[in-house]
Amino acid sequence: MNAPISLPGSARAPRPVSRLREDALRELPQLRARHADAFRRVTRNGVLGLMLTVVLLTIFIYGFAALGFSFAKMLAGLDQLGTFVVLMWPPTPGTMRRLFLFLHALGETVAIAALGTMLAACIALPFGFLAAKNVVANRIVHFLSRRMLDTVRGVDTLIWALLWVNVVGLGPFAGVLAIMCSDTGALGKLFSEAIETASRRPVEGVMSAGGSRLAAVRFGILPQVLPVFASQVLYFFESNTRSATIIGIVGAGGIGLHLSEQIRTLEWQHVAFLVILILATVAVIDTLSTRLRSAIIGARPTVV
Amino acid sequence: MTASVPTLPPAQSQALALRYDREVATRRRRVLLGIAIFIAAMATSGWMTEVDLGKLFQNIGAFGSYIVRLAHLANGEPVWTDFGEWFWGLHKWTVLLGETLIIAYLGTALGAICAFVLSFPAAINLTPSPRVRFVARRFLEFCRSVPEIVFALVFVIAFGLGPIPGVLALAIHGTGALGKLFSEIVENIDMAPVEGIRATGAGRVAVIRFAVLPQVLSGFVSYTLLRFEINVRGAAVMGFVGAGGIGQDLLEAIRKFYYSDVSAILILIIVTVMVIDIVTERIRHALTGTPS
Repeated sequence: MNAPISLPGSARAPRPVSRLREDALRELPQLRARHADAFRRVTRNGVLGLMLTVVLLTIFIYGFAALGFSFAKMLAGLDQLGTFVVLMWPPTPGTMRRLFLFLHALGETVAIAALGTMLAACIALPFGFLAAKNVVANRIVHFLSRRMLDTVRGVDTLIWALLWVNVVGLGPFAGVLAIMCSDTGALGKLFSEAIETASRRPVEGVMSAGGSRLAAVRFGILPQVLPVFASQVLYFFESNTRSATIIGIVGAGGIGLHLSEQIRTLEWQHVAFLVILILATVAVIDTLSTRLRSAIIGARPTVV
Repeated sequence: MTASVPTLPPAQSQALALRYDREVATRRRRVLLGIAIFIAAMATSGWMTEVDLGKLFQNIGAFGSYIVRLAHLANGEPVWTDFGEWFWGLHKWTVLLGETLIIAYLGTALGAICAFVLSFPAAINLTPSPRVRFVARRFLEFCRSVPEIVFALVFVIAFGLGPIPGVLALAIHGTGALGKLFSEIVENIDMAPVEGIRATGAGRVAVIRFAVLPQVLSGFVSYTLLRFEINVRGAAVMGFVGAGGIGQDLLEAIRKFYYSDVSAILILIIVTVMVIDIVTERIRHALTGTPS
C-alpha cells in the first residue's frame, strides 16, 4: 500500500518506473515471441499504405504540374485577392434603388428554393416508395427507379437550370424547375432509404388485422417515416437557398444574377453586401427550420 | 368473470372530457394554422417566381422535344445510328473530363489537408481555449458559407481563366465542409487513449498522432471520399464561369444548340460520376466495416 509515488520534484523517491523498464527489457525476448505481430516492422498493411500514399502523392504533384500551377501565378493572384478584400470595405448596396432590387432578388431566391423543394418532395414521394425494397419487391422496378433517380441526381442543378432556361425562357420559373429536378433524385433516394429502415412490426400488425397492402403502407409505414421526410425536406430547403443563389449565374432568376454581375463589373463593395445579405438569410432560415424540425420530430437532446 | 369498467363520478369525468376536447381542438387549430401558413407561403413563392402554369403546359412539349432533339444528330438521324458522329469529340472530351477529375482531386486533397489541420483546434475536447476554437470555427464557417462557384467567379478574376481558380474554389469550400465534419468526428472519440498518452507526458502532436488519429482516420477518409464525389460533380460545372474542365464545352454546346454534343457530354459526365460513386461507396463500406 505504501508504494511511493514519484513526482518529478521529489529526488529521493526510488523510481519504480525505471524498474518496470528493466523488467520489460529483461523479458523482451519472451514478449517478442508472444506478440510477434506487434513487433513486426514490415506489415502487409504498412506496405499497401505506403504504396497508396506514393500513388496519391504522384497524382497530386502531376496534377499541379499539369494544371499549370506556378509560384509566381499564385503570388500574383493572392496579391489581387488582397486588393479585392481591401476594396470590399465597407459593404454597401450603393443606392436605395439597388438595395430594393437586391432585396427583391433575395425574396425571389428564397421563393425558388421553397417551391422547388416542395415540388421535388411531392414527386419524390411516390418514387421513394417505388424504390424501396420492402414496399415494391419487384427487382426490375426497384432497379429501374433507383437508376432513374441516380441519373436525375447525377446532373448538376446548374445544368438542369440551363436546360429549363431553354424551355421556359429566362427567369425564376426555370430555377424552380431546375431545383425540382435535381432534388427529386436526391430526395427520392433519401426517402427510399428511410422507408427501407422502417420497422416491419406495424406493417405486420396492419396486415394481420386484415388490412390491404395500401393500408399497410398508409398506417404501418407512413407514420414512421413522415417526420424523417419532413426533416429532410427542411434540410434541403436550407441547402437549396444556398444553391438557389447561384442558378442566377445561368439566368434562372434569383440573386445569383446580381452577384455574378457585380463580381464581373468589379463592384466589390456591392459583392460584399450581397454575400452578407445571403449569409444572414441562410442563418435565419437555419434557425427557423431547426425549430420547426424539433417541433415535428419532437424535442430531442442536442449533441453539442 | 365479469368485466367491470370503473367509472368516475359524472362531475369529474365531464371535466376530464371537456379538457380532452379542448386539447384536441387546440391541436387541430394548430395543425390547420400550420397548413394555412404553408399554403400562403407556397402561393407567395409561386407569385414571386412568376410560376406560369400556362407557359409550362405550352412549353412542356418543348421540353419533350428538347429531349427528342438531344437524341438526334445534326443530320436528323437518331444518335445511336452513328456512334462515331455522336461522340465525334470523344478524344477532346476525355481530355477535358480528365482535367475535371484532376481539378476535383486536387481540390479535394487540398481541402482535406486544410480541414485536417483545422479540425483539431475546432474540436471542443482537444482545444479547451474558447478563443482558438471560436476563430477556427468561424473560419470554417466562412469557407463553406458561399457556394464554390461564387469563389470560382472571384478567383477567375484574380488568377485568370483556367483550372487554377476551380481547384482553389473547391479547396476552400471543401475545407469548410470537411472541417466541420472532421471536428465532429474528433469530438466523438473515446477520450481514454488521449488521457493515457497525455499521462506519459506526451506533447500535443504525439497525443493526436497516437491517441486521436487511429480512432478518426477511417471516418476522415470516408468523408473525404464522399467529398471527392461531390467535387467531381462541382468540377463538371466549373467551366460555366471559366474555371476549367468539361463545363466550358457543355455550356457552349447548350448555348449553341449542338444537341447531340450536349447529350454525349452529359452521358460522359453521368457515367463518370456513377463509376466514381460506385467505387468510392465500395471503399467507404470497406473502411467503416458496414456491409454494402
